[in-house]
Amino acid sequence: MGILDKHRVLETNATLLLVFSFLVVTIGGIIQIAPLFYLENTVEKVDGMRPYSPLELTGRDIYIREGCYVCHSQMIRPLRDEVERYGHYSLAAESMYDHPFQWGSKRTGPDLARVGGRYSDEWHLDHLRDPQSVVPESIMPKYGFLEKTLIQPTYIEDLMRTHAVVGVPYDEEMLVNAVADFRAQADPDSDYDDLLVRYPGAQVRNFDRQPGISEADALIAYMQMLGTLVDFSTFEPDQHR
Amino acid sequence: MMDHTTSSEEKEKGVGTTGHVWDEDLQEFNNPLPRWWLWTFYATILWGIGYTIAYPAWPLINDSTAGLLGYSTRAEVAADIEAVETSNKSINERLESVDLVDIEADDELSAYAISAGGAVYQTWCAQCHGSGAAGAVGYPNLLDDDWLWGGDIESIHYTISHGIRNESDDDAHFSQMPAFNELLEEEEIVQVVNYVQALSGNAANDLTRVELGEVVYQENCASCHGDTGEGDVYQGAPNIADAIWLYGGDYETLIETVSYSRYGVMPPWIGRISESKIRAVSVYVHQLGGGE
Repeated sequence: MGILDKHRVLETNATLLLVFSFLVVTIGGIIQIAPLFYLENTVEKVDGMRPYSPLELTGRDIYIREGCYVCHSQMIRPLRDEVERYGHYSLAAESMYDHPFQWGSKRTGPDLARVGGRYSDEWHLDHLRDPQSVVPESIMPKYGFLEKTLIQPTYIEDLMRTHAVVGVPYDEEMLVNAVADFRAQADPDSDYDDLLVRYPGAQVRNFDRQPGISEADALIAYMQMLGTLVDFSTFEPDQHR
Repeated sequence: MMDHTTSSEEKEKGVGTTGHVWDEDLQEFNNPLPRWWLWTFYATILWGIGYTIAYPAWPLINDSTAGLLGYSTRAEVAADIEAVETSNKSINERLESVDLVDIEADDELSAYAISAGGAVYQTWCAQCHGSGAAGAVGYPNLLDDDWLWGGDIESIHYTISHGIRNESDDDAHFSQMPAFNELLEEEEIVQVVNYVQALSGNAANDLTRVELGEVVYQENCASCHGDTGEGDVYQGAPNIADAIWLYGGDYETLIETVSYSRYGVMPPWIGRISESKIRAVSVYVHQLGGGE
């Protein structure tokens, strides 16, 4: 019996065909996906990456809630025009604490992977209130309500614990201080030294220059740190990636 | 059962049937695949094998095969950038080495700086200062001859390099106007705003307060904004005697500015873009209209 005749057995038996089709797809899947979990060079080690601070993580949730990722990517591709426009191409390690990642795909607005430090807080506020007031060509909708919506860190510890479950290295100290850190980051008069030890490079300001912690505070805190953690002056890219 | 017409067609074509019979007499010929299709299919398999040998593909224990061609997107973008940098190397080196004040006297260098600086401006500066550089409320107009921190090429270069009131560059320009609602009575603020309106040639809201306002001005404001409101570029104190306003020169805006002060921030660009690009955009901004 030739191989074609044996194949006839599969083709004439629906259940058998289903089982073997599944087997073939599984092999393909294992070869393509499984190595990403054990290959050491999938996510290269870089200095400076840390989990999001409580306020930044809250800002990130607002970013997701408002669907910012629908128009803005956070993934600078290794192409000259993108590197010239936005900065160093994104590294896998830079989104390793993102669950889910915010790479996006529809590049209607500019990429935001390195927007941190590129504009002043005041610009972000003006731009959220009325994007066309600073960029007349923009088609972005207005988000003025963010600065009017005050927020409380009621669920921040739970949120961080959830991220810890999926692998973000929040330690117990970070978790128990979540509420305090959340408040400290938006208040330059607070005692924020511990916050900076736990989250190096976190920026402490009253981002919206208004009393209370608003959604705009959280969102701007998040955006002002995007892409700022890795020091690219000391980064040596491995070309074979 | 087999229909005899089908059997004769079968004989004519010289191919058998697949052996399936549906609805008593429906059968299908077991025709071979078209030759062109079959060979294309084999070719794609060969192409696939060749591709995984030529390009990075197969996962191994610690990494994956790099491919015989040694292709990598990172190497490609590095080569692309390198190629552009090499072709501009000599002129960029000249741009970085000459004195800032001499750039505009050199026709070739100045033409290069203006067009390169224009591209840098549209990429990094237009979001605040506007694509035509006319600024917006709170973001200075770069086309006029009113400069907060100095409008000669060296001052512009310094401001672009280090920025203003940011936390990331220790050399950033820094000054902070007090919020006068904590220092002055409400009436005094009204008086000084009326004086400032008169000073800049606008009709004051209330002429009777102008003289009283001058006293408040000389005691509280003149040390930074000057005796005649001419401003001071060393402190970034704006000229308030002219008709150019960053936040607005109307009564309500002036009351707000004096009461709560302003705090315009500009990021530093040193480290984010190269020195030659900073110099190019400095020249671009300097020649836009009001460069001193």
